[in-house]
Amino acid sequence: MDFDLSEDQRLLQDSVSRLLGDKYGFENRKAYLKSPQGWSTEMWAAYAELGLLGLPFAEAEGGFGGGAEEVMIVAEQMGKHITLEPWFTTVVVGGGFLRHGANAAQRAALVPQIAEGKLKLAFAHNEKQSRYDLFDVATTATKDGAGWVLNGAKGMVIHGDSADVFIVTARTAGGQRDKSGIGVFLVDAKAAGVSVKGFATVDGQRAAQVALSNVKLGADAVLGDAAGGLPLVDRVVDEAIAALAAEAVGAMEAAHLMTLEYLKTRQQFGRTIGSFQALQHRSADMMVALEQARSMAFFGTMSAQDDDAAARRKNMAAVKVQIGRSSRFVGQQTVQLHGGIAMTMEYAGGHYFKRLTANDGAFGDADHWIRVLTEAGGLVAAA
Amino acid sequence: MDLRWTDEEKAFRAEVRSFIAANLPAETHARMKQGKSPTKAQVVQWQQILNKRGWAAPEWPKEHGGPGWTTAQRYIFREELMLAPAPSPLGFNINMCGPVIIAFGNKEQKEKFLPRMLNLDDWWCQGFSEPGAGSDLAGLKTRAVKEGDFWIVNGQKTWTTLAQHADWIFLLVRTDPTAKKQEGISFLLVDMKTPGITVRPIITIEGGHEVNEVFFDDVKVPAENLVGTENRGWDCAKYLLGNERFGQARVGASRERIARLKKIAAETYDNGKPLSQDVGFMTKVTEIEVELQALEMTVMRVIATAMKNPGSNKPDPTTSVLKIKGTEIQQGVSELLMKAAGPYAWVDGDPDMEGGTEQVVAEDPDIAPDWAFGLAGIYFNWRKQSIYGGSNEIQRNIMAKAFLGL
Repeated sequence: MDFDLSEDQRLLQDSVSRLLGDKYGFENRKAYLKSPQGWSTEMWAAYAELGLLGLPFAEAEGGFGGGAEEVMIVAEQMGKHITLEPWFTTVVVGGGFLRHGANAAQRAALVPQIAEGKLKLAFAHNEKQSRYDLFDVATTATKDGAGWVLNGAKGMVIHGDSADVFIVTARTAGGQRDKSGIGVFLVDAKAAGVSVKGFATVDGQRAAQVALSNVKLGADAVLGDAAGGLPLVDRVVDEAIAALAAEAVGAMEAAHLMTLEYLKTRQQFGRTIGSFQALQHRSADMMVALEQARSMAFFGTMSAQDDDAAARRKNMAAVKVQIGRSSRFVGQQTVQLHGGIAMTMEYAGGHYFKRLTANDGAFGDADHWIRVLTEAGGLVAAA
Repeated sequence: MDLRWTDEEKAFRAEVRSFIAANLPAETHARMKQGKSPTKAQVVQWQQILNKRGWAAPEWPKEHGGPGWTTAQRYIFREELMLAPAPSPLGFNINMCGPVIIAFGNKEQKEKFLPRMLNLDDWWCQGFSEPGAGSDLAGLKTRAVKEGDFWIVNGQKTWTTLAQHADWIFLLVRTDPTAKKQEGISFLLVDMKTPGITVRPIITIEGGHEVNEVFFDDVKVPAENLVGTENRGWDCAKYLLGNERFGQARVGASRERIARLKKIAAETYDNGKPLSQDVGFMTKVTEIEVELQALEMTVMRVIATAMKNPGSNKPDPTTSVLKIKGTEIQQGVSELLMKAAGPYAWVDGDPDMEGGTEQVVAEDPDIAPDWAFGLAGIYFNWRKQSIYGGSNEIQRNIMAKAFLGL
């Protein structure tokens, strides 16, 4: 049992921390938000330079050769600065599909471009009726000679408006809520029949509505088994949950520190408000929530590598629940302990609150996953 | 970074598990599996079995009869006892007084007391709290005055757990009333058979006799029973209280109880179907399981830190996290167990009945199923957990002052 970073991991952490410390202050972030695409192309290039865009890919394929722990380290730093770039969607989620689902030729075509910062991915899975159920897919993929034709609509595609390639779930067989008969396809954003409508999200990210109308794909557009894609989706989402957990821990830590700083400096009734026991105890409770979340982020990083899909899913559900609960508490208390100032757009506190809340909702909130875990029998077997 | 147990640690866990399975007396096991506390005789018997194996005091150094385990092994051992479930080594002997004598006691004290502590030949109890000194422990008033070769002790201790079983008590007494609060306190060992000691039971809200008041009326204690330096007893107290890094988490105990809760839920009907199929109820169970999983990882982080800095007594904020979360979880589980038992949780014995609820059910099993024994009682009793050992509010004060800088 060892929670220490290796020398290489510490170097990675330091370099990301230094980069974001220098270039991702709250004022920088405000400027990035106002740019046309809603994030910083300059930072994107810097990430590429540092190896963050090729992070989880094998070195032989043009990547950085990092594993789940390296992803955790970087995600936590991204969370600390509530970064806006499509790193999570491209590298963690998109990268997960390529690592677990793509063949060598597909990876050779995409990985080097991603690592260099020339290609961005987005995962288009959500549909009007599906909410958080990844298997609820109405978009169809119909066989067309050796290839496929896609029809349907995907909503709330995070960073869909800057994606070059979409990873799309589509039904190749069965009914809308069948767990089999789901295929995962690579779809060029510029392909005929693809239309993308971008918009902002409340937490400062970008998203898109993606319509697919008779989109013709070649046989090489399928990732893995065209009728059995759900295990691939589940595996990738489990890894994504681990990264979201690390990101949330970074954001919670920053929000907690910011709140402590405020408690130590803000004066009312002739004393710092941090001298009031009611606020001290709330702050201690924030620390409890943060430490429990940090523990579950470690647990998530460890569990996401488990090949036993059922056990992995239960553990990741537990991670998502804890992270969601802690994020909600730390986010709400950040605003409450600051008071009015954290209700303003001008102050960072509220932005952390929004990011933490959106993080909980990503790939299903705590309420969704507690139901999944309960239905799966929980973590402890009956005596 | 490697977040898993090593192969050696896994092998050690298997060894402990099979030792418990082979050596834990069947009656003790059966009793504890029903959620009942072991009897005094059962605790003593098991402690002596562990002592024979050299496992009586997981945390003690080898030279004093400890097994010489790593922090991880100690934790695994204690977890396995809770999961079995089997009695834990008596805390007053093994985790409280013993370590203080090892750290502060002289050669004679070590030779006289430690072997008998290990074998539970002497049952110890703790004389710290007083009616006027609870969370504010240093406010204690019990006096000890030197007269020749004796200390004469006068005063009152309270909340003294299992004093009715005890052969010895370790006391914090005021030996210099003119000094500042924390100074002028000494750590004294007292034979419970000494004339002038009166033990009066305190019956807690569920009807149990666990705690007592202990009165001292001109009790003569040999001067050689003072541990460490006169008027420096607060150092011993702080050492004792800071000694337990993960003692309050009790992850194994909660896991064992959740497993039992799920069995009860499967056998109990609500709305015409097993309670285990009720989403509302089972969601509450899952909520606690998630918290418990997080707590276990927090414990592992504390262990990893401790293993890297052996011997360090540096305060760690996570100790307070373990206390707060560990007790909240245990209390939560006790509440769900009571709820799961439904009406049967409420069976009680008459106030003066020897054996209480247990006896009622033993005499007529139709009154309540075995598994429902005393579940409301345990719920009420366990409200103590967030009060003792530094109340959860005191833990928050500690965190705010020592770690958050408020």
